[in-house]
Amino acid sequence: MSQNLNDRGRRVVMGIPLVWLMLLFLLPFLIVLKLSFSQEQLTIPPYAPFLLWVKGLPHPQFHFNNYTFLFTDPLYVSAYLYSLKVALVSTFFCLLLGYPMAYAIARAEGTGRSVLLMLVILPFWTSFLLRVYAWIGLLKHNGVINNILMYLGLIHHPITMLQTDFAVYVGIVYSYLPFMILPLYSNLEKHDVALLEAAADLGARPFTTFVRVTLPQSIAGIIAGSLLVFIPAVGEYVVPSLLGRTDQLMIGRVLSDEFFENRDWPLASAVAILMLLLLVVPIMLFQHSGGRQIESHR
Amino acid sequence: MRSSGWFPRTMLGVGLTFLYAPIISMMVFSLNNSRLVTVWDAAHSPTLKWYFELLGNDEILDAAWLSIRIALISASGAVILGTLTGVALARFGPFRGRTLLVGMTTAPLVMPEVITGLALLLLFITLQQAIGWPRGTGMVTIILAHITFCTAYVAVVVQSRLVGFDESLEEAALDLGAKPGTVFFRITLPLVLPALVSGWLLSFTLSWDDLVITQFVAGPGSSTLPMVIFSKVRLGVSPDVNALATIMVLFVATGITLSALWMRYQYRRRERDMQLATAANL
Repeated sequence: MSQNLNDRGRRVVMGIPLVWLMLLFLLPFLIVLKLSFSQEQLTIPPYAPFLLWVKGLPHPQFHFNNYTFLFTDPLYVSAYLYSLKVALVSTFFCLLLGYPMAYAIARAEGTGRSVLLMLVILPFWTSFLLRVYAWIGLLKHNGVINNILMYLGLIHHPITMLQTDFAVYVGIVYSYLPFMILPLYSNLEKHDVALLEAAADLGARPFTTFVRVTLPQSIAGIIAGSLLVFIPAVGEYVVPSLLGRTDQLMIGRVLSDEFFENRDWPLASAVAILMLLLLVVPIMLFQHSGGRQIESHR
Repeated sequence: MRSSGWFPRTMLGVGLTFLYAPIISMMVFSLNNSRLVTVWDAAHSPTLKWYFELLGNDEILDAAWLSIRIALISASGAVILGTLTGVALARFGPFRGRTLLVGMTTAPLVMPEVITGLALLLLFITLQQAIGWPRGTGMVTIILAHITFCTAYVAVVVQSRLVGFDESLEEAALDLGAKPGTVFFRITLPLVLPALVSGWLLSFTLSWDDLVITQFVAGPGSSTLPMVIFSKVRLGVSPDVNALATIMVLFVATGITLSALWMRYQYRRRERDMQLATAANL
C-alpha cells in the first residue's frame, strides 16, 4: 500500500495528525517554556510580555528568577524529592504485586485467562476519581478497615491511615496496577514454556528457573510497566489531594496551586519545565521500549 | 508445567481482592441509610434514597449531560485523528516526521496531566490573544484538549491492530486494480474496525473521566461531572457520590460484558466462515 497510495493521499493522512499534534501538543510546551522565563505581572494575562520591541527590533526578555526561586525555596525542592520518592515506592509495590499477578494470568488456561485479564482491565474502565474516592471510605478514622479490625479485636483504637504516605502509596498502586500488569502480561504470555521444561528437566528448581530464565526474558515488560506507572505518578494530582498529607505536597499539587491560587503563571510554568526535565530520560526510555513493544507484535 | 505455582496464584487472589474491595464497599454503602457513610444503619438499610436524591440533583445531572456531550464529540474526533495516525505509522514505512509523530503519540500516554493541562490552557490563551479564537474557555477548549490526549490512545490501538495483519491483503486488492480509497474502505477499515470500536470506547471513557486537564481548560461556567464530584469529595465522603459511582460501575460492567460476548460471537463467526471457505476450495 505504501508504494501505491498516491503521494497526495499519503501526505493528507499523515499530515492532519502531524499538524494537529504539533499545534496542540508540541507548541503548548514551547509556550510553557517561554512563559517560564517571564515574570508575574498584575495584568490580564498575568505575566510580562516575552518580546519587547525596541526601535522595531524584538528583544526577548529572559528572567531566570523563577528557576532560582524554585531552587532556593525548600518548599519546592522538598516537593520534587517527595514526589520522586512516592513515585519510586509506588512503582516498586506495583511491580511486586503486578508481576506475580501477570505471571499467574499468563499461565492460566484458555477461558480462565481471558476472564482474569478482563477482571484486571475492568477497573481501568471505571472512573479513576471514584476509585480513589472509594479509598476514603475504607481508610478513614471510622472507616471500613478500622471498623473491621476493631470488630475482630485486632486493634483497640482506630489507626490513622488517611492523609498519610501509606494512603498515597495505596491509592497510586491501586489506580496504576493495571498499567503494570498489562505490559508484563503481554511479555510473559509470549515466553516459550519449553524453555522452562528444559530447565526443570536439567534439574533446576522452580525458583532457579524463574530467576535464570523467566526474569531475564521479561526485562522489557518490567521496564515498560514500571515507566507507565512511574512517570504519571510523579505528577499525580488526584491521589495526594484526596488521600495524602496536608503538610507535604506533591509537585503536581504545587503546580496547580501556583497556577490557580497564587495566579503566578510564570512560576507554575517553571515548575512544569523542571518536572519535564526530571522526566525526560524516563519518557525517552518509555518511547524506546513502547516502540519496540509494538514492533515485536509483528 | 503450564500452571503457575502457589505464590503467583495467591498474589493474583490478593491483587483482585485489592482491586475490587473498594468498589464493592462503595456499592454496599450506596444502599446505606445513614449520612455517616461508613456506619451501617441496619434499621433503615438497604435503601435507595441516595439514588432518588441523585435524580433530583440538577448540578450533577447538568454536569453529567455536559460530560456526555463532550465525550461523544471527543471520542469521535480522536478516532478520526488516531486512525490516520495509526495508519501512517503502521503502513507508510519511514517518512519525514515519523519520529516526531511517534514521539507525539507515545508521550501523551505518560505525560503528567498537570503539565498537559497547563500547556493547553496557555496555548488557548495565547491563541485567543493572537487570533481571537477560541473565545474564552469552555466546552470547545475542553473538547480540543480531550481529542488531543485521546488521539494517542486510539493511534496505539489502531497501529498494533494493523501491524498484526500483513499488507498482502491490501496489496492483492491493489494488484487486482482497486483504487487506494477503495482498498481503504473495503479492506483496511473492516480489518481495523474492532480497534476503532475499542479506541472509541476507550476515548469516551478517558474523556468522560478526565479531571485534571479539564480543570485547566474549562472556563468558570462549564463544570464537567468529574469536576463536580471532585469538589464534593474533597470535603469528605458523601453518600450520593456512592450511588453515582455504583451506577457508573454497573453501566461499565454491563457494557464490557456485552462487548466481550459480541467479540466472541464475531470470532466464532469468522472461524466458521474460514472453515466454509476452506471447504469450498477443496
